[in-house]
Amino acid sequence: MKIVVCVKPIPDPSYWARLPLDPKTHTLRREGIPNVLGLLDKCALEEALRIRDSCGGKVTVVSMAPLSTLGTLYQTLAMGADEVVLLSDRCFAGADTLATSYVLATAIKKLGQYHLVLCGDKSLDVGTGQVAPQVAEFLAIPHVCHVLKIDLLDGGRVRVKAKTDDGHIILETDLPAVLAVHRGINQPRLVSLMGLVAAREREIKVWGASDLEVDPARVGLVGSPTQVAQVFAPQRRRRGELLQGEAEEMVRSLMARLEQAGVMPT
Amino acid sequence: MAKDYRGVWVFAEQRKRRLQDVGLELLGEGRKLAHKMDTELGAILIGYQVGAFAEELTAYGADKVYLADSPALEVYRNEPYTRVLERAVMEHKPEILLFGATATGTDLAPRLAARLGTGLTADCIQLDIDEQGRLLQTVPAFGGNLMAQVICPKHRPQMATVRPGVMGKPERKARRAVVQALDTSVAEQGAAVRVLETVVMPEERGAALERADVVVGGGWGVGGHQEWGLVVRLANALGGEVGATRPAADEGWASEEQMIGQSGKVIRPQLYIAIGISGAIQHMVGVQEAKIIVAINNNPAAPIFKEIDIGLVADFKDIVPRLIEEVERRRAGEEAAG
Ligand SMILES: Cc1cc2nc3c(=O)[nH]c(=O)nc-3n(C[C@H](O)[C@H](O)[C@H](O)COP(=O)(O)OP(=O)(O)OC[C@H]3O[C@@H](n4cnc5c(N)ncnc54)[C@H](O)[C@@H]3O)c2cc1C
Repeated sequence: MKIVVCVKPIPDPSYWARLPLDPKTHTLRREGIPNVLGLLDKCALEEALRIRDSCGGKVTVVSMAPLSTLGTLYQTLAMGADEVVLLSDRCFAGADTLATSYVLATAIKKLGQYHLVLCGDKSLDVGTGQVAPQVAEFLAIPHVCHVLKIDLLDGGRVRVKAKTDDGHIILETDLPAVLAVHRGINQPRLVSLMGLVAAREREIKVWGASDLEVDPARVGLVGSPTQVAQVFAPQRRRRGELLQGEAEEMVRSLMARLEQAGVMPT
Repeated sequence: MAKDYRGVWVFAEQRKRRLQDVGLELLGEGRKLAHKMDTELGAILIGYQVGAFAEELTAYGADKVYLADSPALEVYRNEPYTRVLERAVMEHKPEILLFGATATGTDLAPRLAARLGTGLTADCIQLDIDEQGRLLQTVPAFGGNLMAQVICPKHRPQMATVRPGVMGKPERKARRAVVQALDTSVAEQGAAVRVLETVVMPEERGAALERADVVVGGGWGVGGHQEWGLVVRLANALGGEVGATRPAADEGWASEEQMIGQSGKVIRPQLYIAIGISGAIQHMVGVQEAKIIVAINNNPAAPIFKEIDIGLVADFKDIVPRLIEEVERRRAGEEAAG
């Protein structure tokens, strides 16, 4: 079983409350902010490793991200991935999900034969959850989102349990397919410091636009139908008013303020 | 080419022959957009034997209902739905296409956008039309710490998803429905995905957190199963939902589904009341979009007091029972007043 896992390093959420915006360009300044792997990306990798370990095969991680995220990607090797390919090129910058998915799909095709592509359902920072279905579209294979369980069947098929809004659904799909895993599918393994040190001895391949032979008009900012017109910090300075003293009095003040703010349910 | 596209469309999701509220909410929003652009509002209705809903969708504002009705469309599967929508968009060329960010919407909209080669913006909290007639889509990023305004200047349709509960449901006005049947032959071609079973589960604890108007969250400071009862009672008195921090979920006072934050849910209620919660960033990223945040904590130096609207420096056991009483008294008063 050849499995590809798509991951995306994200800025460490502990820094989100103080992400610096460039006052002139209104773009995000990410320099100096450490990157981490999102939980669901780790779940996708964990699931891939378990499938490989039960039936053999190979797990390849692909990620489209700036070169500066290389350090974060060693974690996937430490977890047990066989191979990691970082898709990085100046011209990939500014990509929306469509342009990102195009590059990921092109890389997956270049890797050769594959049976399963696993992704996290949603990445935390922008939380679009769009990459899995769009990669599947570019690969012209089926996809299923919100996957809670994966069972391999004979004859090149899988049975998946996927979350719906009011329960779940059991589906069978032909392979290859793209599956986006939901929270709770597994508990991703932890990596040890030793494992991480050992992983850093290994090589991560870096492919740029010329390696992939992508159509330059379809990558990065120029290849993205959506554009960010503006980024701004929300005007939501909280009042931070502290009430102290007699419990009775505090509760009364609180009620009055909630009424005034119009947030008491009617 | 963008100028060939006219009209605002809303995907009116139905499940098991029940219209989902989010579709109606989007009709309300779509109406405003259609008005600004002086164009028509269409509802897309897909399923099997669902034609009767056309009237309901019209009452909620649709000028026209595009109906795809076929046994092959009874239960949502991506491929047949994508094909039907692709065909419909190519034929009727809507300028804007809105989806609810439900399990179905988040599976369907991205695939359709990729097939049409157009842009899609997920989880918009505000939609508007700019001076150039483009859809201005506002989305929160990084746990609500930043907002981005996204446009799709050259490609059509402009596609967006909106989570349930973000837009208000419009008023219902009975009108005669205009129905246009869509070509469903494309749905009946074979598909690689087969449905074996659909299972409806009783609502889990925490399932409604993301759409609740009031959430009462409890943390490690609540101290025990028994005290947790106060958190639940306050939530009930306010008609809200119960959320939890990581330690409270780990202790089993609340379920994993109730956990709020980086590894849990992101909520956007009118009112969030945090009880015995210190204010760790991993929790706070999940509540940033609440309109008003109240914290009850007995430690005046707790970090949470820097990130809230109203803080009560007190033992919650002294506050919460009184608060429940006040809320109940207020409600009784309102009921008496009629
Ligand atoms: C990678 C990662 C992901 C995480 N994801 C999440 C997540 O998604 N969600 C989450 O919640 N956490 C998450 N955490 C954990 C997070 O860092 C904090 O540990 C957690 O949020 C703290 O929970 P707490 O506020 O309930 O507990 P504490 O920090 O222990 O705070 C308890 C508070 O209760 C107050 N208190 C005590 N007694 C009383 C009383 N009688 N009356 C009033 N106040 C009282 C105390 O003053 C204290 O401020 C994550 C951590 C990591 C490392």
